[in-house]
Amino acid sequence: MADMLLHFLLVLVMPPLLLGVIGKTKAAFAGRVGAPYLQPYYDLARLFRKGVVISDTTTWVFKAGPVITLAATMIAALLIPFGKHAAPISFDGDMVLFAYLFALGRFFTTSAALDTGSSFEGMGSAREVTFSCLAEPTLFFALITLTRLSGSLSLTPMLNYVTLPLWADTGAALLLMLAGIFVVLLAENSRIPFDDPNTHLELTMIHEVMVLDHSGPYFGAILYGASVKLFLLGALFVNLAIPFSSGNTYLDWLLFVACMVALAVSIGVVESVMARLRLIRVPQLLVAAMILTAFSLVLVVR
Amino acid sequence: MSATLCLTQNGNAIRRADIPLLSPDRFQENLVEALDSGWRVVSYFGVPEGGELFLHAVLSSKKEGTLGVVATSLEGKRSFPSLTPCAPQVHLFEREIAEEYGVTFEGHPWPKPVRFQGPLTSPGGPQHKPVPIGVMDFYRVEGSEIHEVAVGPVHAGIIEPGHFRFQCHGEEVLHLEISLGYQHRGLERRLVGKPSGLMLKQMETIAGDTTIGHTLCYAMVIEGLAGARVPARGHVIRGIAMELERLANHTGDLGAISGDVGYLPTASFCGRIRGDFLNLTAEICGSRFGRSLVVPGGVNFDLTSEMAAKLTERLRAAGKDLAGAVQLLWDTPSVMARLEGTGTVSDLVAAEIGLVGPAARACGLNRDIRRDHPFGIYSMSQIPVVTARTGDVYARTLVRWLEAEKSLEFIEEQLHQLPGVSVREPVGAPAPESLAVALTEGWRGEVCHVALTDHAGAISRYKVTDPSFHNWTGLSLALRGVQISDFPLCNKSFNLSYCGFDL
Repeated sequence: MADMLLHFLLVLVMPPLLLGVIGKTKAAFAGRVGAPYLQPYYDLARLFRKGVVISDTTTWVFKAGPVITLAATMIAALLIPFGKHAAPISFDGDMVLFAYLFALGRFFTTSAALDTGSSFEGMGSAREVTFSCLAEPTLFFALITLTRLSGSLSLTPMLNYVTLPLWADTGAALLLMLAGIFVVLLAENSRIPFDDPNTHLELTMIHEVMVLDHSGPYFGAILYGASVKLFLLGALFVNLAIPFSSGNTYLDWLLFVACMVALAVSIGVVESVMARLRLIRVPQLLVAAMILTAFSLVLVVR
Repeated sequence: MSATLCLTQNGNAIRRADIPLLSPDRFQENLVEALDSGWRVVSYFGVPEGGELFLHAVLSSKKEGTLGVVATSLEGKRSFPSLTPCAPQVHLFEREIAEEYGVTFEGHPWPKPVRFQGPLTSPGGPQHKPVPIGVMDFYRVEGSEIHEVAVGPVHAGIIEPGHFRFQCHGEEVLHLEISLGYQHRGLERRLVGKPSGLMLKQMETIAGDTTIGHTLCYAMVIEGLAGARVPARGHVIRGIAMELERLANHTGDLGAISGDVGYLPTASFCGRIRGDFLNLTAEICGSRFGRSLVVPGGVNFDLTSEMAAKLTERLRAAGKDLAGAVQLLWDTPSVMARLEGTGTVSDLVAAEIGLVGPAARACGLNRDIRRDHPFGIYSMSQIPVVTARTGDVYARTLVRWLEAEKSLEFIEEQLHQLPGVSVREPVGAPAPESLAVALTEGWRGEVCHVALTDHAGAISRYKVTDPSFHNWTGLSLALRGVQISDFPLCNKSFNLSYCGFDL
């Protein structure tokens, strides 16, 4: 019960902190002090207090977009285990639901963007769906590899199956998979080198441009949903990368939180030391990630 | 070399009576001949006088280091054969004249508004009915797979207003049309009468980031008209201010280019270092942008030797930081992958449309007013001209850095050897019935001012040509075949002025 409460608490409270940590890391690299760690929380609080402006050309889809996306992400949060604890909901095949809840969210984000009729948002949607088409197989190759290893179709047993002996046994396959998942993590969360979350340049944006017309609480829901998505995909990565548990529940939770913060720092480092890819090169990197995870599957089934 | 031109030097005045007034046909032939033998149009404008419109062309020859002026009269007609088909570099000048004086240029392939201003009857006269800005027939590419993207005049960032119309096939830009005019203030119409303090202030705000470039140009025009001399110390301080302006802006651009590709370290460092250079200018004259520094006859503020020593020290420190920040760019493969091969302008195109400044030098065009038509301190102390070959964003970035390097050396050398005592000499009244041309190499490129005086020695027509006027066409051509997501990067690599264009 305590585990479940902690699961809910973490998924509700911690995601914006990751953005704060990423921001601080980038600031450190740039020689700046940077915004406070809690800035994303202040931003959300500000947005939720604001009014909204809604374009006359939009329909219910525009308003449903942020809501459904956030809801889908929150449901996905119930399916994935954090650390070596069981997820609140677990059943055979929940990995497919997990992947497609994100797809559902994306469908509504892009529909809401298209609903505005703006040429920018159309471009952003086109880019988003093109790139996610290429990111999806990577995630599935990784999940299938895990299924093959653990013999389970559910995320909790699948991810908890990854232990030190398994790493000793199939380390190469897991390493390839981790690399692929890290690329997907960056791409799905519109981080550099795929997208620049801080840019003000409409023509270069992918995710940001789709939400340009949203304001106030709707925009807050989008930002919050995006941080939860980062948290969930990050948790997937951390569960695979940290294959041991201390046995003490609370120590394990602490370890998980520390690893998530470390992951945020490493995302910040990646964003600081490299520039964005030229948009035309993005598919190449995504395909490379797909091939990495495909190889990990080959290594496992051979 | 049979072109009929009244030859002059940068910053000199000539008597208007000496300017050859040719018939329209002869004028056209003359221009074509001159352009064929390597002359370049630096300014081309209308001068209405006594119900008649005269066209004046100012040409520059790098080979001979001279400027040439030639004029024609429309002989009461309101149409004139266009020169653009055989000399594309005059296309915008012709559109400007057409817009300002209601002249039709027959055979002009692109007769569109420049700034959406109403026709002027005479400089200083009232403006006619306002024209809605940005309402015109944009070039369209037809086809079911073509989509049009309109950006601006309100942008997501804090930048000046401009409207950009892209014709795209997927992510590829087939054509970009740029429509400006939102910042039009009617500046040239106000620049008439006796030279005054107000006029100097107006010069400082033609393009805020080129304050020194424009005020120096104005000062040279007034000095030329009055036959005034500037003391050597004044020349040196002007040169220092000019190069500090270049340094600050190039540093800002290097940071902005890096920011646009999402590479934060250089962006942040350059943002700070730009401030360091601006503060050096402020140390001299109290304004970070060099306002009130340059005046006709010299400069308003002197530098003591202690100040010079302090400036040298701070300049060295900032220069060292800049070198470190920029080195990060060259050392990061992902940044180079973005800059190389993006937004290429060939040297042929650059020469045809008459690019100037770092954008031209990045295409391999070896043109720099500081060497070709030396003025002030540059006639005593040479500054090496830097060029690159590829004409892409990388080349424009590289040229900026190399120029910043040269400027650093130049300023340090000048601070070390400040000559004389006086920094300013009195300037007499402008000569009547004269024309003076002055060119300076601002950080963005060639700044050209031309002034004509009437019989009383008051300015009757003042023509300002900002480097942006030559270069905006370069940006739209650089975008052909480029990914639309690379537009902001290309735009930043040109970093053109909206208000300098709109006047």
